[in-house]
Amino acid sequence: MPKSLTPRLAQLKEEIEGYARDFGLDFFETVFELLGYDELNMVASYGGFPNRYPHWRWGMEYEQLSKGYEYGLSKIYELVINNDPCYAYLLESNAEVDQKLVMAHVYGHCDFFKNNFYFQHTNRRMMDEMANHATRVRRWVDKVGIEKVEDFIDRALSLENLIDYHSPYIRRSPDPKRAEQEEKSNERVEGFRVDREYMRGYVNPLEFLESQRKKVEDEKAKKKHFPERPQRDVLLFLLEHAPLEAWEFDVLAILREEAYYFAPQGQTKIMNEGWASYWHSTIMTRKALTADEVIDYADHHSGTLGTRPGALNPYKLGIELYRDIEERWNKGRFGKEWDECDDLKARRAWDKNLGLGREKIFEVRKHYNDVTFIDTFLTPEFALEQKLFVYGFNEKRNSWEILDREFRKVKNKLLSQLTNFGQPIIEVVDGNFENRGELLLAHKHDGQDLKPDYARETLRNLQTVWRRPCNLVTKVENKGVCLRFDGQNQTEKKVEL
Amino acid sequence: MSLKIHQDHSRFKQIVRGKIKANLRRYVQKGEMLGKKGKDTISIPIPFIDIPHFKYGHKEQGGVGQGEGEVGQQLSPGAVQPGDGHKAGQGEGDHALEVDVSLDELASILGEELQLPNIERRGKEQVVAQKIKYTGVNTTGPESLRHFKRTFKQALRRQIALGTYDPKMPIIIPTREDRRYRSYRMQNLPETNAVIVYMMDVSGSMGDEQKEIVRIESFWLDTWLRHQYKGLECRYIIHDAVAREVDRETFFHTRESGGTMISSAYKLCRDIIRADYPPGSWNIYPFHFSDGDNWSADDTRHCIEMLKTDILPAVNQFAYGQVESPYGSGQFIKDLRETVGDSENVALSEIADKDAIYQSIRDFLGKGR
Repeated sequence: MPKSLTPRLAQLKEEIEGYARDFGLDFFETVFELLGYDELNMVASYGGFPNRYPHWRWGMEYEQLSKGYEYGLSKIYELVINNDPCYAYLLESNAEVDQKLVMAHVYGHCDFFKNNFYFQHTNRRMMDEMANHATRVRRWVDKVGIEKVEDFIDRALSLENLIDYHSPYIRRSPDPKRAEQEEKSNERVEGFRVDREYMRGYVNPLEFLESQRKKVEDEKAKKKHFPERPQRDVLLFLLEHAPLEAWEFDVLAILREEAYYFAPQGQTKIMNEGWASYWHSTIMTRKALTADEVIDYADHHSGTLGTRPGALNPYKLGIELYRDIEERWNKGRFGKEWDECDDLKARRAWDKNLGLGREKIFEVRKHYNDVTFIDTFLTPEFALEQKLFVYGFNEKRNSWEILDREFRKVKNKLLSQLTNFGQPIIEVVDGNFENRGELLLAHKHDGQDLKPDYARETLRNLQTVWRRPCNLVTKVENKGVCLRFDGQNQTEKKVEL
Repeated sequence: MSLKIHQDHSRFKQIVRGKIKANLRRYVQKGEMLGKKGKDTISIPIPFIDIPHFKYGHKEQGGVGQGEGEVGQQLSPGAVQPGDGHKAGQGEGDHALEVDVSLDELASILGEELQLPNIERRGKEQVVAQKIKYTGVNTTGPESLRHFKRTFKQALRRQIALGTYDPKMPIIIPTREDRRYRSYRMQNLPETNAVIVYMMDVSGSMGDEQKEIVRIESFWLDTWLRHQYKGLECRYIIHDAVAREVDRETFFHTRESGGTMISSAYKLCRDIIRADYPPGSWNIYPFHFSDGDNWSADDTRHCIEMLKTDILPAVNQFAYGQVESPYGSGQFIKDLRETVGDSENVALSEIADKDAIYQSIRDFLGKGR
């Protein structure tokens, strides 16, 4: 059971919260709770929420986390939930200096949750909502049986990433051309040309006109695309058009809602962790640290920000980028004049004493996500300083190796990794493919092939939801391929793209 | 303490168990999990447990890294973390998930899948050992079991309470009442004893592949018998023209050359049983692996004699596994089949290749003896 803070920790919380406010952080009320390591592992397995619907994958997560903890390989220090009030969990057995660090870190996250644009549409009562979801799923389990529900959840989770990450921020207006076209086609049902007005009833009898009109309408219905435009939110499309039973509809809707709730956290991983790290570091080193805590703090701080050649640490990249921005805006290293200055010496000595850094990073944390953050602020100097490189797999040597350190390539690779979470973009193109009620999806190929075995399995799962054959057009080794699963057989055929 | 996650966790374990069961034949044949054995658990790679998504292959994708190094320099293996999606450690990536399974659990899966009967034990369950278990702390006991720390604490507590503790002169004097002792209970360990005597032909004709088969097979035999008996002992004999007893490591990795006199091994096996394992209170399982190429018909006759008079009456089951090798004639199993094949405590099995291990385990353990 979660415990509330000990008096000493409550006192520390007051202190840290005060520092955070003084620095201008703006957050929801934050509730800290103390958990033992296995409870913390449990909550972490549930994605931060103590109450989730029953599913084995939480158990899998738990197994891995507990193993990691028991073997001393990994340890979760903190967990924080985007909710109002914000919930954060502390590991009971942590030393005091760690608790302070974590609290400072948590206030960074809370501020980010509250203020970053991409979180504006998330449900701030998700704690309750998740519990409601759990109850709803449990009720269905009671009604139709755990096997059926679990099976369906497995399939639905397999499609979980097929949502439109940007849709909460877009209001799509109906296509203006469409109205015009409809106008045009309506005009056409006039029958044959009539020279003498009194002949009209004979040349174009009412029944004839009626049948003509019907013909045109039929044709229009056929032409009318379904969906009208390719739809990225495959889950929504399934909810609206797949022959789902009531419980299936409900479960799918729940999973979709949760996927949208978690999406912004994926879109702002670098920014969010960077921001929290920036603030724990600032609060701790400027205010909260006592002399006897310095060594432990330094140890854990550097552990959090440590890098290895093959993996990019979002904490590290984020905090360094914020610091870089802060420095640049403090010194006025931006704008036309700066961009046009080629004199290395002048650039190095550039300092206009503007002091706009802090203000700038607050603005950045409000308006950007990882993609725009990197796109706007990753500079060649920064990439060089941080020793960024592109790596790839060398089939001949059967190992990973450093491919390039050129700025453009590094930046492009990083951006492509972050776009759409580094997930392939897949859309519903036709819900009545070949006029046989089949589903046609298209993968917007951007140079990388899908993982073939996973793609086939996922298509299989999709078919069981859609119930009719499902097709996916993609590219394999630069050739168009249509994968198909009809309920029994997997087939693959070449297509022209 | 009961946490809500335990339901999901046990459901997960159930699924893992199902996967292992479904793929047992593959695990048995490949022996790919051998060597990852812990004390009581073994880690098994489980394929296809994670939920598939439309996603990029990681090798296809590559990524951005940070650190020193020239272009073209290799990254150390393991440095690259596959698929850093939105959540770490979600079982994503190209590697199959590794799950720890207890050997006991594995044995029961094996039993279920191969439909192995439980073994009828011989001999009474007898008390073979008494174990001391420390169960608590008491105010009385022998001085040798005095719990120094608790005693000290108790004394300190008393002195502070009485006000006789002086931080400047922190002298603690425990009185009789302060003393604390560990208390214990004797536990009887009922045990049925069992011993496996492994014998292997290491003559020149037994190659690495043959040994690999023996290694995999003996792992499964071992696991099953351990599941059936607590306190299983193992003895290892290797032989070419002469036999000697060795430790486990040597057993699996020695390669000798020269002729084969199987009788030498049986003789040593007989002597070991006579010396250490009275048949009345021990369940005895000799397993012999060879390519079936004995030195002479004379020696074979000698072997059979020994089996009939000395070994078979003493053991639960005598098992002979003949591993196919390009050099062996494979005569020995035929001879055994003709002479002792009818005895109910003899199990004979021919193991052509790794695929045959599965069936062979069933041959050996299917009798429930």
